[in-house]
Amino acid sequence: MLGAILVLALMGLLLGGGLGLAARYLAVSEENPLIKEIEALMPGSQCGQCGYPGCSAAASALVEGRAAVTCCPPGGVALAERLAELLGVPLDAGAIAAPVLARIEAAECTGCMRCYRACPTDAIVGASGQIHCVLSNACTGCGKCLEACPEDCIALAPQAPTLDHWRWAKPQAA
Amino acid sequence: MFNLAHIRGGIHPAAHKDRSAALGIAAQPLPPRLYLPLRQHAGAEALPLVREGARVLKGQLLAGSPTELSAPIHAPSSGRIIAIGPIEAPHPSGLQANGMVLECDGEDRWVDLDVPADPFAEDPLRLANRVAEAGVVGLGGAIFPAAVKLRQGAKHEIKTVLVNGSECEPYLSCDDRLMRERAEAVVDGARLIQHILRAYSIVIAIEDNKPAALAAMRAASEPYGAIEVVAVPALYPMGSAKQLICQVTGREVPAGGRSTDVGVLVHNAGTVYAIQQALRHGRPLISRVVTVAGGCVGNPRNVETLIGTPVQALFDSCGGLLREPRQLLLGGPMMGVVLPSTRVPVIKGATGLLALDRHEVPQRESAPCIRCSRCVDACPMGLAPLEMAARTRVDDLDGASEYGLRDCILCGCCSYVCPSHIPLVQYFQYAVGQQDERRSAARKNDYIKRLSEARAARLAEEEAARAAAKAAKKRKATAPAGEVSP
Repeated sequence: MLGAILVLALMGLLLGGGLGLAARYLAVSEENPLIKEIEALMPGSQCGQCGYPGCSAAASALVEGRAAVTCCPPGGVALAERLAELLGVPLDAGAIAAPVLARIEAAECTGCMRCYRACPTDAIVGASGQIHCVLSNACTGCGKCLEACPEDCIALAPQAPTLDHWRWAKPQAA
Repeated sequence: MFNLAHIRGGIHPAAHKDRSAALGIAAQPLPPRLYLPLRQHAGAEALPLVREGARVLKGQLLAGSPTELSAPIHAPSSGRIIAIGPIEAPHPSGLQANGMVLECDGEDRWVDLDVPADPFAEDPLRLANRVAEAGVVGLGGAIFPAAVKLRQGAKHEIKTVLVNGSECEPYLSCDDRLMRERAEAVVDGARLIQHILRAYSIVIAIEDNKPAALAAMRAASEPYGAIEVVAVPALYPMGSAKQLICQVTGREVPAGGRSTDVGVLVHNAGTVYAIQQALRHGRPLISRVVTVAGGCVGNPRNVETLIGTPVQALFDSCGGLLREPRQLLLGGPMMGVVLPSTRVPVIKGATGLLALDRHEVPQRESAPCIRCSRCVDACPMGLAPLEMAARTRVDDLDGASEYGLRDCILCGCCSYVCPSHIPLVQYFQYAVGQQDERRSAARKNDYIKRLSEARAARLAEEEAARAAAKAAKKRKATAPAGEVSP
C-alpha cells in the first residue's frame, strides 16, 4: 500500500511538474508575432501621423487590416514596400504622402524650449533664449512642435528639392 | 600577342572627333568672375574655410574636405570672394548648389606652393595625402577622389596601373590632345602613381583611332622599362574601367567587385596629368582641358580652362554659338548630362561641352518593344536590358535588380541600338535613383528609430534621477525629526 501511494505521488509530481514546464516553455502567446515584427520595422517615434496613438497600436491596426500600408509618412516608400511584402497586400505607391519637415521662423522664435521638449526624435536643437533650429535629417514631420509652439512660428512644408534628393524622373514612353 | 580577351557587346557611334582634335590646346582667357560649386566630387560637400570678402591667391585652399571621401576646392585665380551661397549648378535638374563666387583681380598671383624636392624619395602615403590636399578627382567624368584610389596600394596588391586614354565617347578629344602635347608629364604621372601603389607595371591603353597620341606616348615612355603602351580597338564603352581591364588584362571584374579585386587600378589620362602637376609642381587642381564641340560651335577645339569659368565664356572663345543649340551637354553625348543654361560653371569633372545641333540629336517617338534582343547583344555588361526595362516600367525594382540592375554601368548602348527607340538607359537611371531613394529612406528610418529610443531611455533616466532625488529629500526631511524624538 505504501509503495502504491509513493508511486502515485511520484507520478503526480512528475506529470504535474512536466505540465507546469510545458505551460511555461511551450506557451502560445496571445499576441500575433507579426505585430512584434512590424513594430520593429516602424520608426518608433510614436509621432501619431498614422492616426493611431503609437507605433505598436499602428502595427496591430496594420495586421488587422484597419490601417493602410502607406499610413506612415516618416517610413516612406521603403517602409510601405516592406509592409506590403510582409502583409501580402498590393501597394499603391502614389498613396504615400510626400514627407514634410518642420521649419522654425527664426525671426519669431523666442527660444522658449517648448518645441525642443516636445520633439519625439530630438530633431530640434537650441537653448533657452536662443533661436531654435530643426535638423532635417532627424525630423519626421509629426507636427508635435507645432502644437507646442506658443509663438506659432513653426510650419510644416514638403522638403525643398536639393541636389542630394533630386532623382531622375521616370521616362514617359510607350 | 595572343590576347584573345575582348569585351562583350559595345557599339560604334560616329566619332566626330576630327575637328576638335585637329587644333592644339588653347588657353582660356581669365574670366571676370569664377563660380565654384563646393561639391565637384563624389562624396561630402567641401566646407568653406574663407569668409565672404576675403582676398585669396591663386591656388589657395578655399574649402576643405570634411571626410576622407571628399575633395578640397582651391582658388583658380587670385581675387576676392564676393559671395558664398547657392549658385546655379551644372546639373540637369537646374537646381542651385552651395558654392563660392570669386571676383578675379587679373593679377593671377600664385600662393607659395609646397613643392616636394623628389617625390620618388617620399613615402607613398605622404604622396597620396599630397594628392588629396591638391583636390584631384577622377577627371574622366566619374569625379571620384583620386587619393582614395591611391591609398588602395596599402590595402591591396596592385599589379598594374592602367592609364585610361581610350576616350571612347564621341566628340571628346581632351585626353587625346593632352597625351599628344604633354606626353612626358602623363608618363611621369603614371610612374609616380606606380611608386605610390608599389605596382609592378604600367599599361597605357589608347584607342587605335588616336595614332598620334599612341606615337607620342610610346616615344615618351621609351626611356622607362616597365611601361607598355597598347592600342585597344575603338569601341564604345572601352573607356569604362571594367571593360578596359577586361580588354587589356583578360580578367573580368566580378559583379559587385572593384578593379582592385583583379589587381588593377585605372586612372584617366587627365587625372594622371593632374596628379603629376600636384606632386612635381605642388599645383592643386584648378584647371583642366575641356573639349568644346558640337554642330553649333563655330570653332570646335580643346581649351585649358580654370575651374569655375562660365560655360558661355568657353563657347565665346571657340567662335561662339552659330545657332541656338538643340541640346547643351556636359560630358560626352552618350553619358553626358543636359545643362540648364550657359551660365553654369565648368567643374572638375567636365570632359566636354557640347552644343549639339538639331540633326545631331535624333528625336524619335518610341514604340513598343519587339523583343529583337539587340540591346542584349550591345550590352557590355552582359545584361538583358529589355527585361530590366519592362520591370522598371511597372516599378518592379526588385525584379529589375534580379536581372542585374546593380551591374548596369548606364553606358546607353542599349538605347543607342534599340530599333523601337525605347529610352532604356533612362529607365535604368530612374530605377537606380529610386533604389537610392529607398536606401536613404531606410537609413533615415533607422536613424529616427535610434533617436527615439535614445530619447525614451534619457527620459526614463531623468525620471529615475528625479524620483531618487525626491526620495533622498524626503529621507533628509524625516531623519532629523527621528533624531530629536526620544
